[in-house]
Amino acid sequence: MAVTVSSERDTVATPIQRAFREAFYAGAISLGLFVLFIGLRTDQNISNELILVQRWVLLAIVVIAVTLGRFVYVAYALPAMARSKAEKATAPAIVAEPGFLKRNFNRIGLVVLLLYPIAMVLLFGFQGSLKWVDNFGIQILIYVMLAWGLNIVIGLAGLLDLGYVAFYAVGAYAYALLGTHFGLSFWILLPAAGCMAAFWGVMLGFPVLRLRGDYLAIVTLAFGEIIRLVLINWREVTNGSAGISGIPKVSFFGLMSFNVSDPNYIAKVLHIAQSGAYYKIFLYYLALALCLLTAFVTIRLRRLPVGRAWEALREDEIACRSLGINTTTTKLTAFATGAMFGGFAGSFFAARQGFVSPESFVFLESAIILAIVVLGGMGSLGGIAVAALVMIGGTEILRELDFLKAVFGPDFTPELYRMLLFGMAMVIVMLWKPRGFVGSREPTAFLKERRAVSASFTKEGHG
Amino acid sequence: MNAQASANDFILQVEHLSMKFGGLVAIGDLSFQARRGEITALIGPNGAGKTTVFNCITGFYKPSEGMLTLNRRDGTTYLLERLPNHEIPARAKVARTFQNIRLFSGMTLLENLLVAQHNKLMKASGYTFLGLFGFPSYRQASAESIDLARHWLEKADLIDRADDPAGDLPYGAQRRLEIARAMCTGPELLCLDEPAAGLNPKESAALNDLLMDIKNNTGTSILLIEHDMSVVMQISDHVVVLEYGRKISDGNPQSVRTDPRVIAAYLGVDDEEVETVLTEVGDEDVIEQLDTGPDSAHGPGNSASMMAGPVSDSVEHADEGERVTVSKGASKAAQVDARAASVASKPRSAAKPAAKSSTAKAAPKKPAAKASATKAGSASKGKETAAKPTAGKPGGRK
Ligand SMILES: Nc1ncnc2c1ncn2[C@@H]1O[C@H](COP(=O)(O)OP(=O)(O)OP(=O)(O)O)[C@@H](O)[C@H]1O
Ligand SMILES: [Mg+2]
Repeated sequence: MAVTVSSERDTVATPIQRAFREAFYAGAISLGLFVLFIGLRTDQNISNELILVQRWVLLAIVVIAVTLGRFVYVAYALPAMARSKAEKATAPAIVAEPGFLKRNFNRIGLVVLLLYPIAMVLLFGFQGSLKWVDNFGIQILIYVMLAWGLNIVIGLAGLLDLGYVAFYAVGAYAYALLGTHFGLSFWILLPAAGCMAAFWGVMLGFPVLRLRGDYLAIVTLAFGEIIRLVLINWREVTNGSAGISGIPKVSFFGLMSFNVSDPNYIAKVLHIAQSGAYYKIFLYYLALALCLLTAFVTIRLRRLPVGRAWEALREDEIACRSLGINTTTTKLTAFATGAMFGGFAGSFFAARQGFVSPESFVFLESAIILAIVVLGGMGSLGGIAVAALVMIGGTEILRELDFLKAVFGPDFTPELYRMLLFGMAMVIVMLWKPRGFVGSREPTAFLKERRAVSASFTKEGHG
Repeated sequence: MNAQASANDFILQVEHLSMKFGGLVAIGDLSFQARRGEITALIGPNGAGKTTVFNCITGFYKPSEGMLTLNRRDGTTYLLERLPNHEIPARAKVARTFQNIRLFSGMTLLENLLVAQHNKLMKASGYTFLGLFGFPSYRQASAESIDLARHWLEKADLIDRADDPAGDLPYGAQRRLEIARAMCTGPELLCLDEPAAGLNPKESAALNDLLMDIKNNTGTSILLIEHDMSVVMQISDHVVVLEYGRKISDGNPQSVRTDPRVIAAYLGVDDEEVETVLTEVGDEDVIEQLDTGPDSAHGPGNSASMMAGPVSDSVEHADEGERVTVSKGASKAAQVDARAASVASKPRSAAKPAAKSSTAKAAPKKPAAKASATKAGSASKGKETAAKPTAGKPGGRK
């Protein structure tokens, strides 16, 4: 809303006066904007005629909300922010000692993640914990893994890849096809699927990596769509849009099975009650292990010459070439490594669902993963994990908000507002932290002390 | 002297190098050599094609014609124009810096220097696989690379800021860091593109020391582009002067400084003014040369002017398209040549003693050289704009 008010008047008017004025303007603008959007709605009546539905009450509510919001923002929020800024400026000497939570973020996070299923089982019982472990835990962990994989390509190497979901699909289908046709176990198929995805990463990389920036983004986007269309149309192999079902479950390292009919079913072996929750809890820990593997490899790679070369590539490709770095192979390794983790995530996804179809690999998935990477802060594992938690957990939690039905009426389904909230959250985070939750960068080596590099120096890369 | 020995004397031999961008001849038939262990300066007015020469040497451009031979200390020879871009630093051991600094600004100084040791560390890390599992051989190499980085940080006087992001450094320190980074690749030839640009006198002196240190203690030969004449004259052993992509002079700093073509090129004065300016510059040797009695119209010109060629017939219609060089009157060096050809009686044989005498007078003459250098910037800029429309015309005629 109108923020550009001449500065001389600002200094004269008190915040309250200004707030009244700006609130009035904001109300007037929103009235002008929304009178046709909200005030009037076209609809069909029973005889299929177009009619205008008038919604003046709703319009009034929206306009009043905007006016009040502007008033509160200008009268109270702005001065408060200015005050806190001034306070910070006057007391710069005291460098904020990072709090206990911040310092031990990784350790605390790990402990919470390890205890999470147990807590859920204790709270909700085996049956009740299913939803929390599966929909929240496993789902989020899959996205964390995907986003960490994509982080290598975008966050470290600075290659904008919009078709990342293709490698996820390759991993999932590799697992599904090899698993159903040859009955191979998860433990063989997981690396196989990763290799397959890495192979396709290289295949895509070769022709494409001469392109830069926007062009690279468009071609990778197209690649993602090609893979999906092949999956839909190559019916003999992929069974088309119907997908592949009956994908074998993961076994407990071959010792115990999670199929009720098997003789070594876990409940029979351990003499405990039957429940679907065992499998979910097992999958949860499996996903967590895969995530930790991804994180471990990423952290290790960053400290190796390849990882440094990736980041250098993001900073300045021409300088890299002047130092004798083969930029083509360096980009290819970034692509292949990122794709490999996508493949791991895909095969895990297939094992968890027991069913794959091209529906799961639409462009929207790529966009969500990319959004998580960008929101979390490119290059930062912790930030990305938090972003995945907020984004995926947040949209999942919408399903739980039944009480909103009481407010907005019985046909209100919060899930439908998923994308709207997703978009709003992105806009807000980008305004508040343009470089994502964690904008700073951890140096990979140091002489005296490790100091985070501020986001204002790092570059995003141009492909 | 046999051919083998002389070839090994030179670290870099540039022969008949040409680079054309469409119709624009950025470098035309340039030949020069850089001796091992020396600092060779490449100077010339703005737009003379100096950076383009660097880009050809370091593989960023593929030259249209010509041969670039690099002789490494161990006797291996590389034809740079045939090597892929990234192999020139890796195999031929040529490192460079950039006119507009190109650091990894989001990485710390130490990391910048570690990236420069990529190829060595890559091999030590078993192309990542051994390094991933923390093999001791990699740890050893990693520690060594940090020592090398520390060594160069100390040389560049940047050790205190080792853990700061490179983008946070002041300009002069960024220039030094770029040189340190290039040195971390272990080069035999270091190409520096205007390292003193934007430095204050103190920083400039520090840079001179750094370059002399590199020259004396590492055996790295240096190829230097520089506009700051105080740097060029103090540290270089050999100077090559370009104007409009052609070599107009080549020799030791003193002889180049007194070369009338160079002075004219740098001052970029009008036809009639050349003589007055030379008087202003106050170089009696030059004036003497110009003033001495008449000679036959086609006196023996020196090799440099032969290279420069007749610039007057600038627009030729070559087979593969129009070839645009500068128009008549744009090249001041050519004017001096023309003048010298018509007036000089004992043309270039006088140049040698002249050079010698100027060596003795080098110190008192410095202010004059500086004045000409500072003047050169503004003067040549004006000239550039004057030359551009002429260069553009043939294109328009198409
Ligand atoms: N990639 C290119 N495409 C087209 N023309 C180019 C290209 N690179 C350089 N040129 C042209 O070649 C000529 C020489 O440029 P170059 O950058 O080598 O000059 P320079 O001697 O380094 O000048 P300065 O002292 O200003 O750095 C200029 O006219 C320039 O416009
Ligand atoms: Mg240049």
